[in-house]
Amino acid sequence: MLANILSISLGAILINNFIFSQFLGCCPFLGCSNKVDTAAGMGLAVVFVMGLASAICWVIDNYILIPLNLAFLETLAFILVIAALVQFVEMFLKKSVPSLYSALGIYLPLITTNCAVLGVVLLNVQNNYNFIESVVYGITGGLGFMLAIVLFASVRERTQFSDYPECFEGFPICLVSAALVAMAFMGFSGMKIF
Amino acid sequence: MIKSIFLAIIVLGVLGAIFGALLAYASKIFHVEVDPKQAQIRECLAGANCGGCGYPGCDGYAAAVAKGEAPTNRCVAGGEATAAKVSEIMGVSNDAADKMVAFVPCSGSLEAAELRFNYNGPEDCRAAMLFGGRSSKMCTFACIGFGNCAKACQFDAMHIIDGVARVDRLNCVGCGACVDACPKSIVKLIPEKQKIMPACSNTEKGAQVMKVCKVGCIGCMKCQRECPADAIVVKDNLAQVDPSKCVQCGHCADICPRHIISYFGPEYKNR
Repeated sequence: MLANILSISLGAILINNFIFSQFLGCCPFLGCSNKVDTAAGMGLAVVFVMGLASAICWVIDNYILIPLNLAFLETLAFILVIAALVQFVEMFLKKSVPSLYSALGIYLPLITTNCAVLGVVLLNVQNNYNFIESVVYGITGGLGFMLAIVLFASVRERTQFSDYPECFEGFPICLVSAALVAMAFMGFSGMKIF
Repeated sequence: MIKSIFLAIIVLGVLGAIFGALLAYASKIFHVEVDPKQAQIRECLAGANCGGCGYPGCDGYAAAVAKGEAPTNRCVAGGEATAAKVSEIMGVSNDAADKMVAFVPCSGSLEAAELRFNYNGPEDCRAAMLFGGRSSKMCTFACIGFGNCAKACQFDAMHIIDGVARVDRLNCVGCGACVDACPKSIVKLIPEKQKIMPACSNTEKGAQVMKVCKVGCIGCMKCQRECPADAIVVKDNLAQVDPSKCVQCGHCADICPRHIISYFGPEYKNR
């Protein structure tokens, strides 16, 4: 069991990193990585939402949808859960951690449309994970997202000072550096734990 | 077949209702008291969340205005009409009297400021900052002079003249883009009606200032002694003007032995 959880965690963080090898959640990854601080805040919010969404979606899937033969509704029901969850997190942060709430700003409600969050709950179903495995996969998937976005934000902070051809100015250099970071992560691909 | 369709509708409907009810309940528990002014302002704004004001969405801008931190005329999408409404709610006049302009409190031009080394790196203030948190100028408070503010300015109001950023008051609209762009945070917004500002930020003692800059404020207190309105005081070895007391006579600018008090008087054109 423990070995299984370890293999899921390492797999989600490094080997099958959501951004670099599954290409999920690329929009916040590019849109929200100008500064390391913002990137870390975004990463934390995604970890939270992914973990909770995995737990709630697993319960809904296994105790409501599958017994009623409504597995085809998974995508719809999961989006409902994620949207409600993000709304809840927003209210919670506004009341309890106003500083983080204002730091995240418009990115917080945008987590609703983050495909990595929907991806993680659908992958939970696809991989037939049990409850604990689902939650672990959700949280570590979020951590992988956070690792990727923070690493990339620090790369982007540096590219702003470097000397590159003018035609690469702005988004092109950003995409090129994203590709290079993704290639570095390819070093993990094909690894198998246990 | 029909059964599963109905089942699907019922299940999703019930799920939606449950989440809706939970959220409604949560919004009561986590209710945050909002300044009534903020809600009123929020209603006046364009509501496009375009970010043109420089705040995270319309809510962020409304909150900043309600707290008195932001000018009332920042809503680009709403334009003049919105600015007038917001000003009415805030009870301030919506005219040029409240207009802000950018000001760079540094006079350390290339001739005036002593240099530590020759800098050959990228022409970017943030890059220059990497060398010990300051530029090649000796003065730790000085304008770096690579013009991140000028690049950020959309209105051609910011220029680098002799290695120091200078504001063209006639073009400046007070949007504050340069304030955000300055990595040293020395650019600030001042009321346009304030015509006098000491153009130095160095809070070190006079002897130290003498070493690093030919024009920096040495805190000699001459302006403080001679000001007819007691509006200028030397605090932290630096002359500072209180705009609420200043009568804009320009006397301090005339008598300053270092000639660093900027006077944007009637003859002001471009500086």
